[in-house]
Amino acid sequence: MFKKLAIGAAFALALAPVASFAAGGGEQHIEDFQFSFEGPFGTYDQNQLQRGLQVYTEVCAACHGLKYVPLRTLGDEGGIGWTDEQVRAYASETFSVYDPELEDDRPAIPTDHFPANTAAGAPDLSMMAKARAGFHGPYGLGINQLFKGIGGAEYIASLLTGYTGEEKEEAGSILYENTAFPGGWISMAPPLSDEQVEFADGHANDLHHMAADVSAFLMWAAEPKMMARKQAGLVGVIFLTILASMLYLTNKRLWAPHKGKKH
Amino acid sequence: MAGIPHDHYEPKTGAEKWLHSRLPIVGLIYDTIMIPTPKNLNWWWIWGIVLAFCLALQIITGIVLVMHYTPHVDMAFASVEHIMRNVNGGHMLRYLHANGASLFFVAVYIHIFRGLFYGSYKAPREITWIVGMLIYLCMMGTAFMGYVLPWGQMSFWGATVITGLFGAIPFVGEAIQTWLLGGPAVDNATLNRFFSLHYLLPFVIAALVVVHIWAFHTTGNNNPTGVEVRRGSKAEAEKDTLPFWPYFVIKDLVGLAIVLVIFWAIVGFMPNYLGHPDNYIEANPLVTPAHIVPEWYFLPFYAILRAFTSEVWVVQIASFVTGGIIDAKFFGVLAMFGAILAMALAPWLDTSSVRSGKYRPMFKWWFYLLIIDFFALMWLGAMPAEEPYASFSLIASAYWFGYFFVILPILGVIEKPLPQPATIEEDFNAHYGTASDATPAE
Repeated sequence: MFKKLAIGAAFALALAPVASFAAGGGEQHIEDFQFSFEGPFGTYDQNQLQRGLQVYTEVCAACHGLKYVPLRTLGDEGGIGWTDEQVRAYASETFSVYDPELEDDRPAIPTDHFPANTAAGAPDLSMMAKARAGFHGPYGLGINQLFKGIGGAEYIASLLTGYTGEEKEEAGSILYENTAFPGGWISMAPPLSDEQVEFADGHANDLHHMAADVSAFLMWAAEPKMMARKQAGLVGVIFLTILASMLYLTNKRLWAPHKGKKH
Repeated sequence: MAGIPHDHYEPKTGAEKWLHSRLPIVGLIYDTIMIPTPKNLNWWWIWGIVLAFCLALQIITGIVLVMHYTPHVDMAFASVEHIMRNVNGGHMLRYLHANGASLFFVAVYIHIFRGLFYGSYKAPREITWIVGMLIYLCMMGTAFMGYVLPWGQMSFWGATVITGLFGAIPFVGEAIQTWLLGGPAVDNATLNRFFSLHYLLPFVIAALVVVHIWAFHTTGNNNPTGVEVRRGSKAEAEKDTLPFWPYFVIKDLVGLAIVLVIFWAIVGFMPNYLGHPDNYIEANPLVTPAHIVPEWYFLPFYAILRAFTSEVWVVQIASFVTGGIIDAKFFGVLAMFGAILAMALAPWLDTSSVRSGKYRPMFKWWFYLLIIDFFALMWLGAMPAEEPYASFSLIASAYWFGYFFVILPILGVIEKPLPQPATIEEDFNAHYGTASDATPAE
């Protein structure tokens, strides 16, 4: 019986592949950054998220918005984990939003979202870590997602560290060579450089570390309920396994009188 | 029900008799769940329950998701993010619903191929098979429209490509496409009608499921031997069968629980595995994604659609004969629907008098090749439309049609089947030994 079930299960999983097969050019290089949130038991590193938020605020926010992310979620457990006061202070000191009732700008409050930012034509980053896939393997089946996640954070970090320093002018705009970007040339100038952001706790602020930190933060921005989801997944898998075992034993006993000894 | 003799519900108390003479609903439920079921059913027979579970899961999670979703081009994408971020448990609901669709199709494909191997489609079960095919078509329509609702890039461009297929119909295609979309292009009218139909079709499926069950409860289940249950008397039938409750309900629940362990792990640990990253980018009619790929469960038929290009001689002949009315694009559309129609026609294409593939030495290998062909088509559907994939797609598509229109009719004539067991009881005892009838149940 187990053999047949195993075949069925393998069949079911094997059927599953390919959806995320296609994307990605040939020479694209995605570095496999190690993140704390990888794998079924991975969790966000609160300190890293806070550093990443700082990088976003001081660097990325100049051009990119996070319009789907409510500021109050900075206080959520399993994420940045700030106190209400910290969230309120951050909101009002960092962003101002247009209030149609006042017909004027006012400081942001926790119930506002991070503002959209379309000034430079830069894409919104709210779901960027889920809208890009760094990994497709093995053989394009994407099974490594179970251990590594979608690879969106790795893609972002690779992009931030993937500038070669080459530039070219095309149709009146400057393009920068980047080893992670599909096609190899990106219109975003290198946004981050060593020691650009000072962390209060004195954490390493070379390009590599900052790129990883802000990528982790963007993963949180894209999937804020990840920790709750994984916990629900684990609890569900445990309970369903117990249920399956009990049903198996029930079934065995139920059928026993109708099955004799094999001859 | 009809067919296999068995005990029927007898109202005992006054209240039961009162109800039964007015509405025999308890009797209907009793007869339905106590149906005599061939006792040799193997584990490939659990997927019906999984499918019923999927339909319930999709309807329940769907109804709750609708409470928070806004079907408007300016708000749909944001409302899905609202569900993901603000609605209590919303992220789990959405991931269950999105992955539930995939589980639904995993189950339906195994269910269909089980039927194809054990000859479940053959007389007298043709109606069960045809209704099943209608359910499958409704599932595809529902899943396709559901994928449009989050209004991401792949939603929008998938809708554009698939509705474009109808535009390939000669003369009236463009008018039909406009009518389907509610305008010249995929827009708010399209989103609204897809939302409406995505909510409606599952209930059509539920009604068809009732007919599907009704049909096979009339004929009785098929079983791995394909040998019919003896129906001469109740005593005889009882040697071949056991009641559905509790024997098969519990057995099916074992299978369902094991399937759900895997399903739950995917939802909890890799919920975006089966999705496409581009669908986390809001729909933009001005930017076409690099690769437009349908969901995995459409890929085999998508490969068939793309296989018939204008370079294929069959297409060229069709085009020549019809004076260009059937061009490559329309031929592809016909091939895609034809591939599903071929499955639906299996009861009349298969000429073998033997039902189960277990006793058909040649059929077996052609069937295994069909399974490989199905996976090959699925893989090819995700590959870019270039060589060598185009040629492989053509070969794989040709096999699909060849299996149904050539191999099934011919095999029945030339194949010499193996001896079948005389009765289900004989097959069951050969597997599990003789039941000790004298020993009462504990």
